[in-house]
Amino acid sequence: MRITNLNEKLQYEDVWVVAEMLLDKIHPVTYELLGAARALADYGASRVGVIVLCSKEPENPTDLFAFGADKVIIVTNPQLKGFLDETEAEIIIRLIEKYKPEIVLGAASSRGRALIPRIAVKANCGLTADCTELGIDFESGDLLQTRPAFGGNIMAIIRSPNHRPQMATVRPGVMKSITPDYSRKGEIIYEKAKLNNQAAFKRIIESITKEENAVNLTQAQIIIAGGRGVKGAEGFDLLRELAAKTGGAVGASRAAVDSGWIPYEHQIGQTGQTVQTGTYIACGISGQIQHLVGMQSSALIIAIDKNPDTPMMQMADIAVVGDLFEIIPALVREI
Amino acid sequence: MKIVVCIKQVPATNEAKIDPLTKRIVREGLKAVMNPFDAYAVEEAIRLKEKCGAEVIVISMGPEKAQRCLREAVSLGADRAVLLSDRAFGGSDTWATSYVLSKAIEKIGQVDLVICGKQAVDGDTAQVGPGIAAHLDFAQATFVMKVEKVDRRHIRVQRMRENGYDVCDIKLPAVITVVKDINMPRVPTLKGRLASDEIDIPIWRPEDIKADIEKIGLDGSPTRVVKTQPPKARSRKTIRIEGSPQECAKQLAQRLREEDSISGANI
Repeated sequence: MRITNLNEKLQYEDVWVVAEMLLDKIHPVTYELLGAARALADYGASRVGVIVLCSKEPENPTDLFAFGADKVIIVTNPQLKGFLDETEAEIIIRLIEKYKPEIVLGAASSRGRALIPRIAVKANCGLTADCTELGIDFESGDLLQTRPAFGGNIMAIIRSPNHRPQMATVRPGVMKSITPDYSRKGEIIYEKAKLNNQAAFKRIIESITKEENAVNLTQAQIIIAGGRGVKGAEGFDLLRELAAKTGGAVGASRAAVDSGWIPYEHQIGQTGQTVQTGTYIACGISGQIQHLVGMQSSALIIAIDKNPDTPMMQMADIAVVGDLFEIIPALVREI
Repeated sequence: MKIVVCIKQVPATNEAKIDPLTKRIVREGLKAVMNPFDAYAVEEAIRLKEKCGAEVIVISMGPEKAQRCLREAVSLGADRAVLLSDRAFGGSDTWATSYVLSKAIEKIGQVDLVICGKQAVDGDTAQVGPGIAAHLDFAQATFVMKVEKVDRRHIRVQRMRENGYDVCDIKLPAVITVVKDINMPRVPTLKGRLASDEIDIPIWRPEDIKADIEKIGLDGSPTRVVKTQPPKARSRKTIRIEGSPQECAKQLAQRLREEDSISGANI
């Protein structure tokens, strides 16, 4: 909605989170978004709302209060089991028109990246993707949205001065959830989903969920990633062993994925996933720029390589010079 | 069937060098190329044309030199191309960009399918594809990894999720955005190259597509870039560990314990 005067602007109040739903379960990124929403609402003395779309009522909606929500708006409809972009967008637009939130946050997941832009265009408001920081401009009260551009080479600070709500997406693993307080209370509101012609747009024939669902790179606190130097699919078994021992996840460079040593889901970098993990251990990864942009924001970067002069070994916090086939088994024994 | 492919010209980051001091990409002097993800969109359109017969029209919004990317798409098999170029389009954010592209698609008329790459590698937003669908009120499917079949009313696609994929029937007209798993783009033939040299690429201005001037360019964009700044630089020095594998492992394990990175149950 385009805003023409201050009175119009003041009608928009709450900070909303669009809950990330996975087969009627609330995905953990929702709690991270709530952490960010809570901080914004506290600053502006407003309330935090969560929108939950599902086919049947979620198990613990009151958990959302513990993680910072003041109200939870639940829309249930049997058709909302799979992800229907057009229908969900229409429902949320109606809720936005009714309740007038000032800010709407969504996950930059495959679902959020399809749903949120559709809402933003139809609701005529600004949207910033993949924000790494969110704050409030002291003077205008506008949302300040920081996002990386050009593969992480520039940080742009963006605002939408004349449109409400202000919308932003955030990747999983970027924001922090608050320590849950299970004594916090809130309000649950049930809204009806009027599904009209939107439902005709899409029919989900089947949903395939991969069995090997251990690839959770964006949530992992430690990532063991392999590149060309891992030399083959067997080499990745070694990395898996270390990952199992440290409670981490296994990542890979494009070279390793393109060689067929490990599936695409593990790929980190410009054409794979972007991670900001606690500890990133790069094993035999030379450090092409496309890989570096996908992991350079990790807190501690460790590289293991025979060649001390690769870009990865030079950018790492700790560079271990040596044969990964000897060092990793030794490391597995040490921890 | 009429298919529109939306492409974008971006700086060629695969030729980029890293600044040794800031450890960031040096962007000066980078060549402009077709957004890598758009090559898969062009290829998929041409495959659909070969399989079921279609007219493929490539469009791009950008400076006049963006014609080069459009010619490249024609050399690969697109039938015609249109460039949306005007000073008034400059500074458009994803809302305004998807508006301009949707107005061009309306002008082309009777379009059944719009194909975009999943995102552009410079902005990385992935917002323009679904934005076009929203402006046109078309159905949408993002991150499509396979087109299974097309008939006059529907397209059946596999769209990727984090932990799998959905098979969906999408009502036409629709917008799909594609990932690189969808195909292997071809190289142009000599005949294709010649055709692309000769083809006339019209330039459409705001008035040609009946765009509302208040919805385009910097002023028509809901979002504003307030400022840009370099990312927080990694200021730490690299610590090098050398020696026998056992020694290296011991030191490394020590560091990992200090960092509290190990969350596994086995410690």
